[in-house]
Amino acid sequence: MSTDHRNSQFDIAVIGAGVIGCAIARQFTLEGARVVVIEKAPDILDGASKANSAILHTGFDAPPGSIEASCVAAGHAEYLKIHERLGLPLIKSGALVIAWTEGEEQRLPVLMERARENGVEDVQLLSAGQTHELEPELAEYAKASFIVPREYVIDPWSTPYGYLLQGLANGAVIKRNCEVKGGRFDGVRWTLDTVQGQVSATTVINAAGLYGDLIDQQLTGSTRFSIKPRKGQFIVYDKPASALVKHILLPVPNDVTKGVVICRTAYGNLLVGPTAEAQDDRVNAVLSATAMTALRQRGEEILPALADQDVTAVYAGLRPATEFKDYQIHAHEGLNYITVGGIRSTGLSSALGTAKLIYQRYLESGEAFQPPATVQWPRVSNIAENYPRDWQCEGNKGIVCHCELVTRREITEALEGPLAVHSIGGLKRRTRATMGRCQGFYCSAELAKMTQPYFDAASSTVGSHVGAN
Amino acid sequence: MSGLIEQLAAYGPARGDGLADMYGPENRADVVIIGAGPAGLAAATELRRCGVQSVVVLDREPVAGGVPRHCDHYPYGLREFFRLLRGPAYARRLVAAALAAGVSIHTGVSIQSLTRGPVLTVTSDAGVRVVHAQRVLIATGARETSRAARFIGGTKPGGVVSTGALQGLVHLEGINPFRAPVVLGTELVSFSALLTCRHLGIRPVAMIEPGASTTAFWPARWLPKILGIPLLLKTELLTIEGENTVSGVTIRRPNGDIERLSADGVIVSGHFRPESAILAGSHIELDRHTGGPVVDQFGRCSDPDFFAAGNLLRPVETAGWSWQEGKAVGHAIAQSLEGKLPSPATGFAVKLAGRSLKYVVPQRIVPTNVPPALDSFQFRVSHKAQGRLCFSINGIRKTVKSLSTVPERRIRVPLTVLPRSPSGTATFELVESDR
Repeated sequence: MSTDHRNSQFDIAVIGAGVIGCAIARQFTLEGARVVVIEKAPDILDGASKANSAILHTGFDAPPGSIEASCVAAGHAEYLKIHERLGLPLIKSGALVIAWTEGEEQRLPVLMERARENGVEDVQLLSAGQTHELEPELAEYAKASFIVPREYVIDPWSTPYGYLLQGLANGAVIKRNCEVKGGRFDGVRWTLDTVQGQVSATTVINAAGLYGDLIDQQLTGSTRFSIKPRKGQFIVYDKPASALVKHILLPVPNDVTKGVVICRTAYGNLLVGPTAEAQDDRVNAVLSATAMTALRQRGEEILPALADQDVTAVYAGLRPATEFKDYQIHAHEGLNYITVGGIRSTGLSSALGTAKLIYQRYLESGEAFQPPATVQWPRVSNIAENYPRDWQCEGNKGIVCHCELVTRREITEALEGPLAVHSIGGLKRRTRATMGRCQGFYCSAELAKMTQPYFDAASSTVGSHVGAN
Repeated sequence: MSGLIEQLAAYGPARGDGLADMYGPENRADVVIIGAGPAGLAAATELRRCGVQSVVVLDREPVAGGVPRHCDHYPYGLREFFRLLRGPAYARRLVAAALAAGVSIHTGVSIQSLTRGPVLTVTSDAGVRVVHAQRVLIATGARETSRAARFIGGTKPGGVVSTGALQGLVHLEGINPFRAPVVLGTELVSFSALLTCRHLGIRPVAMIEPGASTTAFWPARWLPKILGIPLLLKTELLTIEGENTVSGVTIRRPNGDIERLSADGVIVSGHFRPESAILAGSHIELDRHTGGPVVDQFGRCSDPDFFAAGNLLRPVETAGWSWQEGKAVGHAIAQSLEGKLPSPATGFAVKLAGRSLKYVVPQRIVPTNVPPALDSFQFRVSHKAQGRLCFSINGIRKTVKSLSTVPERRIRVPLTVLPRSPSGTATFELVESDR
C-alpha cells in the first residue's frame, strides 16, 4: 500500500491540524508514510489549539495509569529531545503547586504521591517561608507548596507549527480550507469527500478536536464519546508583569479543573487563567466581563502587585472535553481508522507522546513504512522573548508591530513561507502581530496593507479581518 | 519662508530611512528626540532655533508627523501656523518646519532601551545600534485603551478597532473596514471618529456612552444630532457578537433593559493612556496616576538628562497643546545644555489627596527664578465632581478655586498659586461639596 505515491494517494489522512494532528503528521512522515493533513479552517491551530496555557506539563497530576499520563510524560521527554533542532524555545521555569488554605495544605502530600506514581520523582515540599523566598511577590497567605522542577513554558503556536513544518519538509501535504463532508472505506482504502474534492488514503486518523465525535459519526457511523466543549478564559498582562514571578504558579486542583494558573509566557507576558465553563457551542468562545474581572481579582489575590499592572489582551479557548476523564483513543478494527479524541487540556504537552502512541496503535494492524534516508530538520523562526529575534538582525525591513517587535521581514515570511498563513488569525499566531498592549492601535493600517494582496480572496469585505481574533 | 515650507511639505522625509549613516560613526547627537509628533517636532525646531547643533528626531513609524497624519479633518494649526488645517497637512508642515530648521529626522527607528548616560539602544532595518546623546526628549504620545483592556465581553470578530486604527486604515491605506459601526465613547476623539466616518460615507448606528453626558465639550456634542446618529447616554456596551466580522452588539439601557443593535463594526474610542512602554523597563520614575513619567516644571524626568513632553505626560491633550508643550520643553532642554536650569535636588513633590483628582502634572517643582516650561498644573478628575480645589503645603491649606467638572475636562492652575520657596510636599485635593 505504501508504495503508491501519486499525488492524491496517501498512506495516512489526518483530519485536523491542531497540535495533535500536526504531531501525528510529523510522526508518520518521519516513519516514512505519505501523509495528508486535512483542515477545515483557513489556517492550522484554529480550534482547541488556538488558546491554551502554553505549559509543557510533566503530567505530575494526571490520573496514574491513564493514557493521558503516559502521553504527557512521553510528550514532555520527546519535546526536550527535539526542540533545539526545530528552533523551539523552552523556558525552564518550574512550577509551584500552592496551597492557600489548610484543607489544600493537607492535600499536598497526596498530590506529591500521585506525582511520584506518575514518574515525576523530583517534587519537593516547601514551607511557606521557602515558597516566599522563591516567589517574593506571592501573597502572604500562601500556606505551603511543592515544587515541580520540570514544568516548563513553551511557545503554544510555534511548537505545533514546527511539528507540521517538519512533516511538510519531509513530504507531508497540508490541505487547508478543506472540510471533510463524508467518506467511505472499501476494505482497502478510504475515500474522503472534502470541499476540495476527493482524498484517498489507506488509513484515516481523526484528530478533529472539537469535532472529533462528529467526524467519527460521519465516517464510521458511530462514536464512543461526545464532545462537551469546555471554555477557558484567560487574561494576559503586559510585559513588565512577567518580572513579578519566576515559576508557574499552580493551584491545588479540584475534580473539575486544574484551577487558575499564573505563568509567564514565552513572549514575555504574564497569563492568568483559565476559567472552566461547560458549553454546547463548538465554535464560539465568548468572553465575559464578569469572568475576566474575576480572573483579575484572583490574580491580585495571588500576586498583589498585579493591581498596578495592565491587562493587554484577553482570550477564550475551547477544550474538547468529553464525558470521560481520559483521552479517547480508539483503533477501529478492520476499518483502518483511528480516533484521537477528547484531548482536553494537555494536548500541547502530550502531542509528541500521543503521536508515538498512535503510531504504535497503527502498527497493530497496519504495515510499517520505509523511513526516509535523511530527515530534514527545518528551523522555526523564533518569536519567543529571550531568544534571538529578527528585530535584532540587519535587514529586518523595520518593525511593524511595535508592541511585540514583529518585523516586516517576519510578516512577509509568514505570508509567503512553506506554511504561508491565510488569515489574520493565522498571521497573529505565527508572528504575534497586534497581540501586544496596543492591540493594533498603531499597526492595523500597515498590516492591512501588507496582507491585502494575500488575504483578499478569502475575505469578503476589504479590511474586515482587521482586529479579528 | 512660507514658500520653502510649502515645498518641503510636499515631500516630507523618506520612508523608513532607518539608521544608515545617521550621525556619523559615533552615533552621537546633542539631543535625541523620541517621537516625531507635534511635541517632538516642535521641541526639535525650538532646539535648533536656540542654536543647538545636532538635533535628531527618531520615529518608529515609516513617516514622521505623529497622530495628526491620519486625522483628516479640521481644526489643526491655528496656534502654530495661524491657519486652519486638516491633520495630514498640519503634520506635513510640522515636519517641513523641523527640516527647514536643520533638524535631522529618521523614521523606521524603534527605541529598545533607555539607560543613564543618556544611552539608547535602537533598532531598525540595520539591526541594533547604540546611540549617545547629551539630552533625550521622550515624546511618544498616547494611545487609546483597547477593547481587551476594557474587558468588553463577547466574541472576537474582525472590525473592532480603535479610532487610531480606523483612521490609519482609512487615511493611510484607503481601507474601509465597515459600513455601520457602533461608536463607543464620547471623548473628543470619538467625534473625530464620527468625522472620519462621515468622510467615507460610513454611517454609525449609534454612539454609546456609559456616562450621563458626553465627555467632550460643546460643540462636539451636537455633532451626532447634526449627523443623525443616535446618542445613547447612560448605556453600557455589554458584548460584541459575530464570528468573522461583527454582526451586532448588546447594550444595557438606562432602565436596565438589554437590547441588541445590529452593526458591522465597533469603534472603541478614547480612554487614552501614555505610550510609556519604553519607560516601564527603565530607570526613569513613572507616575501611576498619569501613566507617564514624573516631571518637574521643565519637563525634566527623575533622571535630569531625560525630558518628556506632549501626551506622554498625561492623557490626553490636543495636538496644539502638545506642540506648545514641546516647544517650551525644547527651550528648557537648550537651557539645560547651557547649565541654566536649577539642580533638581532642591525640588519638592506635588501629590494628590482623596479620590476625586485623577492626576496632576508636573509632579515635582524646583523653586527657582527660571521661567517654567509647563506654566500650570494640569489636572483631571476621575468622576463627575463639584467642589473646591485646595492645596496644602507646610501645614498651610488654601482653596485655589471652585470647580464643577467631568472626567477628561481640562483643569489648569498656574504654578504661581504655590507660595515662593516652599519646602516639603504640596498636596492638591478636590473637596467635593455634599450634593
